[in-house]
Amino acid sequence: MTNETPEQIEAPEDGDVAALGLRTGATRLMRSWRTAGIAIPFLILFVALSISSQPFLHTTNLINILDQQAATLCIAAAGTLVLVAGGIDLSVGATYGLATVVAGEIAAHHSPVLAIVAAIATGLLVGLVNGLIVTVFKINALICTLAMSFVIGGLALKVSGGNLIVLTANSGFYKFANAQWLTVPSAVWMTLFFVVVLGLLLSRTTFGRYMVASGGNSEAARLAGVRVNRIRVITFTLSGGAAALGGVIDISRLLSAQAASGGSALSFTVLAGIVVGGTSIAGGEGSVWRTGIGVLFIALIGNGSNLLGINPLYQQIVLGIILLIAVGLDSWARQRRL
Amino acid sequence: MFEELPHRTADTPGGDLVVAGVSKRFGGVPALIDVSLTVEPGKVHALIGENGAGKSTLGKIISGVIEPDEGELTLGGRPIALRSPREALANGIITIAQELTIVPALTVAENVYLGSEIATAGFVRRREAKRQFRDLAHRIGFDLPPDALVGTLSIADQQKVEIMRALSRNASIVVMDEPSAALSRSETAALHEVIRSLARRGSAVVLISHFLSEVLSLADTITTLRDGRLIRTVESEGATEESLIEGMLGRSLSSAFPEKVPADPDAPVVLEVDHVSAPGVTDCSFVLHRGEILGIAGLVGAGRSELARAVFRDAKVSAGTVRLGDAELAGRHPQRSIRRGLVLIPESRKRLGLMMGRSVKENISLSRLDLVSRAGWIAGIRERRAVSEVMKATSVKAASMGMAAMMLSGGNQQKLLFARSMMCSPAVLIADEPTRGVDVGSKRAIYDLLVQMAKDGMGMIMISSELEEILGLAHRTLVMSHGRFTAELTGEDMNEQAVLAAAFAEASPT
Repeated sequence: MTNETPEQIEAPEDGDVAALGLRTGATRLMRSWRTAGIAIPFLILFVALSISSQPFLHTTNLINILDQQAATLCIAAAGTLVLVAGGIDLSVGATYGLATVVAGEIAAHHSPVLAIVAAIATGLLVGLVNGLIVTVFKINALICTLAMSFVIGGLALKVSGGNLIVLTANSGFYKFANAQWLTVPSAVWMTLFFVVVLGLLLSRTTFGRYMVASGGNSEAARLAGVRVNRIRVITFTLSGGAAALGGVIDISRLLSAQAASGGSALSFTVLAGIVVGGTSIAGGEGSVWRTGIGVLFIALIGNGSNLLGINPLYQQIVLGIILLIAVGLDSWARQRRL
Repeated sequence: MFEELPHRTADTPGGDLVVAGVSKRFGGVPALIDVSLTVEPGKVHALIGENGAGKSTLGKIISGVIEPDEGELTLGGRPIALRSPREALANGIITIAQELTIVPALTVAENVYLGSEIATAGFVRRREAKRQFRDLAHRIGFDLPPDALVGTLSIADQQKVEIMRALSRNASIVVMDEPSAALSRSETAALHEVIRSLARRGSAVVLISHFLSEVLSLADTITTLRDGRLIRTVESEGATEESLIEGMLGRSLSSAFPEKVPADPDAPVVLEVDHVSAPGVTDCSFVLHRGEILGIAGLVGAGRSELARAVFRDAKVSAGTVRLGDAELAGRHPQRSIRRGLVLIPESRKRLGLMMGRSVKENISLSRLDLVSRAGWIAGIRERRAVSEVMKATSVKAASMGMAAMMLSGGNQQKLLFARSMMCSPAVLIADEPTRGVDVGSKRAIYDLLVQMAKDGMGMIMISSELEEILGLAHRTLVMSHGRFTAELTGEDMNEQAVLAAAFAEASPT
């Protein structure tokens, strides 16, 4: 699941010398931020928390963090692909909500398998619609998915009738995310599998290359024979499916579903994780495993300040500043490349 | 934004701009080494050199974009330190950069006074601005509508807007970096007239250009740079293209073009375009033979690139057929054209050709990832092997194939596109402006490549705005005007006069 490791960059023999000095320095910084980037602050934070808080390094606490972040990790992994291919998906929060109520309604009366399949199919369909609107009607992805999130939110309310759906713990549905293997719940295993698969998809397959090309320069990619629209539709579809998967995992963990769960707060948390992981908001650059670290980094800030009894107020401020730094570094690196 | 600029009141008389012993390094790499020159008012001073020779760096130092590490600048005997373009402006130095700095959504007049709005207490005085604009336009003989949105103007007119901005600020020194790179022939002629009139009015013009004929016809003084060093400064009288090239390269260019190998007259037809119409293209028919280089000439906007896109099936084709070998190309599917053996090298490598931030390897293998993958899984070793093979064949010079495309010189970036095309092993290659923005040395390498690929049996269509290039390479030339072919020239008939006559011809329905 590693991203492509760029070979050593050396000064080209006959590049434009004038621009070269600026470029090598900045490019190296950009590369190192993009390849190691968030991993270093993550490790520092991890070590710092291990030292300052007794319960932090406990297996239970660590597994707990992963369990809580399972949905966010899945959604952010797929969201990375959308961003890399030059799109953005702000509707994942709403899709997550829709998937929970669809799964909840069906699981209350029918088999859990049907509930899971139906919810994920719903998510894939929503993603497909997003992708088609963005590519066929050429509507800006940000606006399209923002508008769609209202539509989806409305549909979710319609499905649930505005009620809180509560499931019982003995249903087979509960096992979906809570079955234990090696003391780790299935939610975490599924997430790990999903993130690894998407990571390999981006970094090791032709499809991944096409995504990177579509986001890096869509016109050039098209003229080089890449079906840019098809690639983008697939990334949006995957994103919708991942949002639904996240929803299903969470309803199985929490046994309650509500149309308003997820929402824009989840969309923004996901986006924050992706961006902190160094994936470019402008497309054409990014990696799934760093998104994973980005999401966990944000989670550690929350977990750490809880354990250390720090006012949640500061959490938010710190998170905001980190986000600004991440985006700032990205756009700075981009400007330098001109 | 609303403060009065100092130079407006001081009616700057220039005096000589003296650059003395200027050096500049970028991260240890020397870009300029101890360069000294004098720019005199009323003269056009050209800076020439290959890409990376330091001419743009020198231009940027004069216009305050970057500061020199050593050496100093004096203007009329007075030392000046330019820490920003704004300070340069205050000294009467203005730059017209390669990329225009106009705001498309503002009007012509608003753009001319951008940054130094004619205002009272922060309120823009539109009527006064318009009056001053008319005075200025009248004085220099430009005919631009003050209320037109700049985005709707041609590039040449947009450039005029920039020049007017320079003049509205009483610039005594105008730095122009490749001003005619994006212009058509007639627009270039108009620009040259403007440059001459600038000099006549007593401004000094620093002209940075790739086009040696332009330099020879415009400049009074020519400074040649190579590898950051000043080679020599000469009066343009007495200089020839050959002597300039020799100074730039440090050797003489044996000949601009490779020897022409006659095309086999019995070679089979590989591409047949029959009565094709598309946006900007009306009823075009032609055939292309194996091993043939077909030149397509014409003015900018004559429909050449549009024709290329139509044949490549990237544009909506409203009528006609394109046959590639035995297969007919239909629909709007570039990727199908590529699979069947038709590849396009588009006109702007930065906008349409490359992913600048991605590696050389990824840029080259993109079109044929299927060759180096199994079931969608890329085989790293196979990919590297295939890429290094075509890199060798096209002589791409890169420190490693993991290097980002933007780090390469223009010539190498162009070769990257040739490498990508070669990996597709096409039957037909369309190269649209293959040497635009490429320095003299690399041009020859690209010509060699074109000729070699044709010799190896590819059918080649070359679109170019540089006539010499078409005449020097093509076996046969089609001339376009207003979306139609106006002439087909071969052998003796293929000369500059004939091509120009056809390019300016009003297309008659055929």
